[in-house]
Amino acid sequence: MKKSGVFCSVLLTAVTAMAILVFCAEAGSQTSAANKKSETASGNVEKGKELYTSYGCYECHGRQAQGSRTSGPRLSPNPIPLSAFSTYVREPRGQMPPYTNKVVSDADLADLYAFLKSIPQPPSVKDIPLLQ
Amino acid sequence: MGRSKKESVNRRDFLRGSAAGVAALAAAVTPVGAQDSGKRAAGTPPPMSKQAETGDPVAEVLTTDRPGADFMVDVIKSLGIEYVGANPGSSYRGLHESVINYGGNKNPEFITCCHEESAVGMAHGYSKIEGKPMGVFLHGTVGLQHASMAIYNAFCDRVPIYMTMGNMVDATLRRPGPEWDHSVQDAAELVRDFVKWDDLPASLPHYAESAVRAYKIAMTPPLEPVLLVVDSELQEKGIAENTNLRVPRLTLAMPPQGDAGSVAEAARLLVAAENPVILADRAARTPAGVTLLIELAEILQAPVIDQGGRMNFPSRHPLNQSAQVTSLIAGADVILGLEVGDFWGTVNSFREQLVRSSEPLANPNAKLVSITANDLYLKSNYQDFQRYTEVDLAMAADAEATLPSLIEAVKRGITGDRKRVFEQRGKEFAEARRNALEQARHEATYAWDASPISTARICAETWGQIKDKDWSLVTETVPWISNWPLRLWSFDKHYQFIGGAGGHGIGYAAPAALGAALANRKHGRLTVAIQCDGDLMYAPGILWTSAHHRIPLLSIMHNNRGWHQELMHVQRMADRHNRGITRATIGTTITGPEIDYAKLAQSMGVHAEGPITNPNDLGPAIRRAIEVVEKGEPALVDVVTQPR
Repeated sequence: MKKSGVFCSVLLTAVTAMAILVFCAEAGSQTSAANKKSETASGNVEKGKELYTSYGCYECHGRQAQGSRTSGPRLSPNPIPLSAFSTYVREPRGQMPPYTNKVVSDADLADLYAFLKSIPQPPSVKDIPLLQ
Repeated sequence: MGRSKKESVNRRDFLRGSAAGVAALAAAVTPVGAQDSGKRAAGTPPPMSKQAETGDPVAEVLTTDRPGADFMVDVIKSLGIEYVGANPGSSYRGLHESVINYGGNKNPEFITCCHEESAVGMAHGYSKIEGKPMGVFLHGTVGLQHASMAIYNAFCDRVPIYMTMGNMVDATLRRPGPEWDHSVQDAAELVRDFVKWDDLPASLPHYAESAVRAYKIAMTPPLEPVLLVVDSELQEKGIAENTNLRVPRLTLAMPPQGDAGSVAEAARLLVAAENPVILADRAARTPAGVTLLIELAEILQAPVIDQGGRMNFPSRHPLNQSAQVTSLIAGADVILGLEVGDFWGTVNSFREQLVRSSEPLANPNAKLVSITANDLYLKSNYQDFQRYTEVDLAMAADAEATLPSLIEAVKRGITGDRKRVFEQRGKEFAEARRNALEQARHEATYAWDASPISTARICAETWGQIKDKDWSLVTETVPWISNWPLRLWSFDKHYQFIGGAGGHGIGYAAPAALGAALANRKHGRLTVAIQCDGDLMYAPGILWTSAHHRIPLLSIMHNNRGWHQELMHVQRMADRHNRGITRATIGTTITGPEIDYAKLAQSMGVHAEGPITNPNDLGPAIRRAIEVVEKGEPALVDVVTQPR
């Protein structure tokens, strides 16, 4: 018999963080095209997918990085630029804990980023009758 | 009912299997002191009687046509209690038998539960639908211990539950062995910190008064659980012929209302405010609360943030701005909190990351007004009362009961100029609400075709099939399923949403959903639960109860194969401590083996399908399950899901 709903209490901040990251994701979609090649050149999609699971990114952001209002923001599609992504992971502003390079190397980040970039666009709302 | 004397056996002799007759046993009794014919030295205690020395039993008639428990059932019936949930226990065997035989097992009907936590959890859900308590019978010591977490949840959630516990008070009447283990000096002490009132009646008239008093206390805001400890002997012993027994009349106390001066001041602040915000948590105790809150919001054209403790405000109402909480709080000049459980946490941020920090979200000049019955009732030990909030006006009163006078005061204060301001404000919120719905639909598309299946997809598929029915969602939506139902569905009736556990004790959701379904049954509503796997595994016997009592409930499993909240906590610790972040699943996931919830449910007589991993299979499975539920049976669809 237990236990917690501690994350409930941080919902407000989580939502704030979500807004920040979603904004960044949308902004990133406009600027990342030019940098796409350089940003993904060193990343390995398959390895990134494995790391995304083993490092527990999916726990808050969902297995397709779709995000959740109650745990963590959407990361993909259209992730923020790699440099911003790396900066946020090292020094997050919301409830996300910081990930130092002791536990997630820069190479890991590049692989994770490659995986995020590989996630396809979802169907449009107008193509989903259940959402009409 | 008349009372007849019958021959019987002493309790101890009954256990030894020696059915001696009353007359024979009585002949063996020798009055104390009868053998003390000699003189004693001063200060020497009198010698023991032969009976005392030998322990020869005294005959005691136990059979009766009119046990005390029958009268207890009369009292319980007078309170209108429809059901008692219970797992059988000998300390209340007298009451059990009286309910099913003397009471005809109707009003109350005995609901067989496989765990006391389930019984209390059912009562918790029932009460939030029906607006009155369900009964629970609890076995001495161990039964109450099993029930304690669920009682705490109800306490935190301000829900009345009417509990009766058996206890053999007289040690000389206890059967050797287990009955001693199940007896206790102060039975209620275990849960006294989180029940509103308890008593141990010493007689049947005392029971009658305490039973009615307990109901009244439970139903006076803040509503809370109550516990009567009922002596086993009082239950089982025959009622003396000339005992004057009557059932006291129940008169519920009127809910406390805010005083006129404070109400007028609150109205003045609200009318004058440029950016008022209404927070509603456990505000709507009854359907009338929803109606009143709509009226208050509409006359002010003020946004409402429904914090989800109850169904307070229609989800698609133009003034429902729950999605805009942060910006609204930041911009508000008056914030009215109605039965808000955590006001401080609403107007402040709290960050626990590299450092622990917090900062105000609200404007420092904003006026905070609180109306809550919580200010009338606080206990020390358990800390569910949250941080102290510095408000400008605090009404220690029931919010729903205060709303009528507040509405009238607001109406009196509105001038033509203010009305025009309000109308313009309302137009902006209407557009914001439309945008929020579109945003929710857009966000739902992400991972739409994913496997494991997204929680958005589950909620959209479910909504597609229930939206034209008379439905009731009886599970919490934050944080487990990302609040999708309240974002995508249209809630406008009080019974369509009942909030959460209160104390965040896992193991609440499954029994509470069934209790809510039990309450909904007579109204013909389609009860829907989106059931977390970790919660169900606390006491999965609730599935059997659903089948046994034919309680129609559609359970859609949110099977993310873990206690995901705790997984994220451990991940956070692993990250913070820089010792690697790949092992947080140890102790937090439910894999290896994966549980087959469909088979689990089927084994207990519940229609079930799954595990479903293809999102395209989900809609048809839900449709088939609804067909079963609409025939009056429970059904379960196991869906392997995304974490949140």
